[in-house]
Amino acid sequence: MAKQTFKWDDPFLLNEQLDDEERMIRDTARRFCQDKLMPGIIEANRNETFDREIMTEMGGMGLLGSTIPEEYGGSGLSYVVYGLIAREVERVDSGYRSAMSVQSSLVMHPIYTYGTEEQRRKYLPKLASGEWVGCFGLTEPNHGSDPGSMETRAKKVDGGWILHGSKTWITNSSIADVFVVWAKASTDGEIHGFILEKGMKGLSAPKIEGKFSLRASVTGEIVMDEVFVPDENFFQNVVGLKGPFGCLNRARYGISWGALGAAEFCWHAARQYTLDRPQFGRPLAANQLIQLKLANMMTEITLGLQSVLRVGRLMDEGKFTPEMISLVKRNSCGKALEIARHARDMHGANGVSDEYHIIRHLMNLESVNTYEGTNDIHALILGKAQTGIQAFL
Amino acid sequence: MKIVVCVKQVPDSAANLVAENGVASWGDAPLVINPWDEYAVEAALNMGGDVTVVSMGDENAKEALKHALAMGCQEAILVSDPALANVDTQGAAKALAAAIEKIGDVKMAFFGRQAIDGDAGITPAQTARVLGWPALTFTASIAVDGDSVKVERSVEEGRQTVSANLPAVFSIVKDYGEPRYPSFMGIRKASKAEIPLWGLTDLGIEAPASVVEWPELNNPPAKDVSVEIIEGGSPTEIAEKLADKIMAEKIL
Repeated sequence: MAKQTFKWDDPFLLNEQLDDEERMIRDTARRFCQDKLMPGIIEANRNETFDREIMTEMGGMGLLGSTIPEEYGGSGLSYVVYGLIAREVERVDSGYRSAMSVQSSLVMHPIYTYGTEEQRRKYLPKLASGEWVGCFGLTEPNHGSDPGSMETRAKKVDGGWILHGSKTWITNSSIADVFVVWAKASTDGEIHGFILEKGMKGLSAPKIEGKFSLRASVTGEIVMDEVFVPDENFFQNVVGLKGPFGCLNRARYGISWGALGAAEFCWHAARQYTLDRPQFGRPLAANQLIQLKLANMMTEITLGLQSVLRVGRLMDEGKFTPEMISLVKRNSCGKALEIARHARDMHGANGVSDEYHIIRHLMNLESVNTYEGTNDIHALILGKAQTGIQAFL
Repeated sequence: MKIVVCVKQVPDSAANLVAENGVASWGDAPLVINPWDEYAVEAALNMGGDVTVVSMGDENAKEALKHALAMGCQEAILVSDPALANVDTQGAAKALAAAIEKIGDVKMAFFGRQAIDGDAGITPAQTARVLGWPALTFTASIAVDGDSVKVERSVEEGRQTVSANLPAVFSIVKDYGEPRYPSFMGIRKASKAEIPLWGLTDLGIEAPASVVEWPELNNPPAKDVSVEIIEGGSPTEIAEKLADKIMAEKIL
């Protein structure tokens, strides 16, 4: 038997747990992200700009709605591959991964899963190519972790619905062509989904300024002032919170891979920086305190990647539960944030300069740890799953 | 029109080459398609014919072939035989030429300008010699007109326009234009592709003898490098100091 050597950057040989297709798509996605996204990220983050062209480029590569079947413009890829792509995109920036996740999991997934054949044909191909940008409206100014108490209302009228209310912290909203919005219907008092389009009377999406996180991604509000939405834009196939939650499960799963991509960037950068920088006549990496941090980073990332791969395989086998996703979303985000904070520390003063990318990842991960279910809310889901007692009511 | 593109699986460009006891090795560096060959695949795909990608090597070379398939090539063939394991560029040229003849009716055969492992850069010309076809090396642009072709060659002196009759062999340089990314759909298809393996018997040739041998490979002697930062009050002053320095060191 050949002598096995330890690979510091892939301790448990994750690479060998992937098949040819998975490896090739990961490598292609990595190359695209490093060639096309990485060079512009410092300026985009510094100036709080999102180049709309990136959505078209992502679409051209097949990054948008990659799990959607080919006949609707997707690539029919597995959830493991979707995760591998998210990891590569977020290795560059969480904002770009957010833009991709929202389009794929929160807009294309519900249209594919809950939509009519006409809705699928109308929206999915253009969302897959990046010709259209989509956004997802669930969170409201007064209702974050508790979407069930939402205030947005849909009143049934002849031929359609009148939507009234507002949504906030909505990724992509200011540049969106398509809005998947959740509102309580006057007919049954339940939450229902609607597809809104840019230009509908009474619909506006102002940008939220002054974010110190995910600056390379657009975040805004969705303001609906008596917006008429025709019946054909109503999701007939889902009622209640399970509609938006079904989407969020997919997006959270992507986040669980993506956050580890950002963490890996910080780990590799901290390792290189402390190897290259001599202090007191030897590399910083020669210090036990530094090596302890590097060992912790390696451990958490290696264990984290095994866990998200396992959940991805279970999703592909149709055997996942939302609790599994809560577990990995919470773990990946919390650990990634901690790793970014340590990497910031290890970079000394340079850690706060955007040229070194660490502070950007750190600021981004503060949002990633909060959105799509905060770290604490996912803990309560896991608490309920084992005690049977709901602690957040 | 049938088109062939020849690609090689090589150690990643970031790999560290180590020479020990007269033998050079890249250790367990990841293997990739030779980056120059991606330009050749791009050129081949742009010709609008059926493109067959050919590689010579062991099982590992299938990865390079799959990459080319994912970029859009229709078919792939692996030329592999224990007798070809350590052949020189001329031996490789004989095997590749035999494969191109066996495919039959090929009008254009593309190569990258060189492979980043051996860096010899002569296999395209040698293959053309074996086939008896013109070798259009360092090609940056191609215009086909019926059975003739006009290319622009990127040479040290500038651009050179050359015409030739088809069939011909081309080696492609970076100036040709960026190679495309493999598409995800292409990858899905390529990862399931069954790649036929052609040995010397299939090619109908004897084991080619190498004319070049590499009896011993050693690291170049370490260079003494010193760094000096030239300072000055203005860019002009710094430039003047630098120019003086260059003259004093007899670099120019």
